[in-house]
Amino acid sequence: MVFAAGEMAASARPGNFVAISVGGTNSSMILRRAFAVYRASDRGQYGGTIELVVAPHGQGSKWLTSLQIHDRVNMVGPLGTYFGIPSEPVSALLVGGGYGSAPLFGLAEVLKERGCRVDMVLGASVAGKIYAPLEGKRSVNSLTVTTEDGSAGVKGRVTDVLPSLIEKNASEIIYSCGPMGMLAAVEEVSKTHHTMHQCAVEESMACGIGICMTCVLPVKDENGVIKMTRSCIDGPVMDGERVMWGSSRTIPEGTWGAL
Amino acid sequence: MNQDFQSFDFRCKFGSKHFPFPIFTASGCASSGKELSQFFSLSDIGAVVTKSIALKPRSGRPTPRMAETPSGMLNSIGLQGPGIDQFLDDDIPWLLANNSRVIVSISGETVEEFASLARRLRVVQGLSGIEVNISCPNVENRGLVFACDPVASKAVVESVRRNIGGELPIIVKLSPDVTDIVAIAKEVVSAGADGLALINTLLGMAIDIDAMRPKLAGKTGGLSGPAIRPVAVRAVYQVHAALPNTPILGMGGISNGRDALEFILAGASAVSIGTANFGNPTAPIKVRDELMELLKERGFTSVSDAIGRAHE
Repeated sequence: MVFAAGEMAASARPGNFVAISVGGTNSSMILRRAFAVYRASDRGQYGGTIELVVAPHGQGSKWLTSLQIHDRVNMVGPLGTYFGIPSEPVSALLVGGGYGSAPLFGLAEVLKERGCRVDMVLGASVAGKIYAPLEGKRSVNSLTVTTEDGSAGVKGRVTDVLPSLIEKNASEIIYSCGPMGMLAAVEEVSKTHHTMHQCAVEESMACGIGICMTCVLPVKDENGVIKMTRSCIDGPVMDGERVMWGSSRTIPEGTWGAL
Repeated sequence: MNQDFQSFDFRCKFGSKHFPFPIFTASGCASSGKELSQFFSLSDIGAVVTKSIALKPRSGRPTPRMAETPSGMLNSIGLQGPGIDQFLDDDIPWLLANNSRVIVSISGETVEEFASLARRLRVVQGLSGIEVNISCPNVENRGLVFACDPVASKAVVESVRRNIGGELPIIVKLSPDVTDIVAIAKEVVSAGADGLALINTLLGMAIDIDAMRPKLAGKTGGLSGPAIRPVAVRAVYQVHAALPNTPILGMGGISNGRDALEFILAGASAVSIGTANFGNPTAPIKVRDELMELLKERGFTSVSDAIGRAHE
């Protein structure tokens, strides 16, 4: 979906997200829905635009996709951290899971403009859940698709093809976004191959602006202290090696302030 | 500032302190103010009530900590925070430098912890009040929710009063999850509370029917948002009827001026905006401006004239 967002578009960078009110003024859905920016353009026929990929799974996203052209929404953004872009042209590997791959295409364009080599891996359970628009493919040197059922591309998971891609392309940095389980698996591969890894995490969020403390996850700070860290303002893009993976539904031992 | 505020008396009072607007943030729904200040000037509301602070750093509970429910949400944060030392070093100076009036919300697991927090705050210059949070539902042991027990509530408030001195107003935040909220209110007022914050969240639960387990990692959580507003209005009405001279900070699902006016008419002297901030970060300003218009439309020249009018 494309939103005329004026100046918001000019400051949006790959990795940022926006938060949209859903359901109209008398809605019983009181919280905003967060969407990663798929693409932002600061000039065009309608001024600045922000594009989002919306999968109509929940009540809120169903309402959003039922809107008509020229309807208005209440959007706050751009929010959160964004993917760090290397100052030198490096070989970058972009890894996306399901619809979570949306922000990678804007990132690929930026990396390409910097002279980086850009390889992309997209994975999902079935072919229908791969999000790979045609225009997105133009910015990548190679695209590998994996599906768990083999209905498209290589049968298996993204992590099955990562080692050979890293070696073949001499990848120096991995950018990933998708489900947390996939990000954790990508970090394992990244650690083994000594690549840098920036990932966009997913936690359920109430406010998106840092006041509610619901979207936290355990992350090591610069001094190595594990803190429950907000994914809305200290993320969604985080350094993969600092995230304490595999600690879903628990507080890891040694976390600052753990009881 | 809007010219209208000069012709309308919007002041409210808790203990010895006056506030220019009867709109506060609700504890836990504004962090320590910094984030909301991107959206409005903190001096344009009555006060920021900070997230409840404990003596020591607290990691809070594991995630998922949040589940949206019809016209509401469940949270199970578990009082995550940096502890009083870092809070006094970082957050308070920032708030005061940004001209915010500050009410510090405190939370302890024992009477002695509340007393220690009060001693730490006694020497801090520039505060406008203390909120004593004896009603957070997100603790491991329900027996530790002081606000469910009149004797324990009284002990905490007496201890804070003794340690904070006579000057700084104490506002005590109560739980609606009790049989008789008036009985608790009377005890804490007799123990030295200058005002009451009504209400904290209600204990609730939501279950994921696919995973067949509670949606929150902490299993139970505090329910907030418009879903609880009638419960909150009822609590304010009952307590104001019993204690008409005790100022009440009313809260529970307020997202516009009409909601706020309900609380004022029920007996609140001021209102706090909580969950509404999550969906609309400028909600406190919206509520403030709409409330003034509604009061004027009804012929009031001050907010204080409208307090408790539903009782007449």
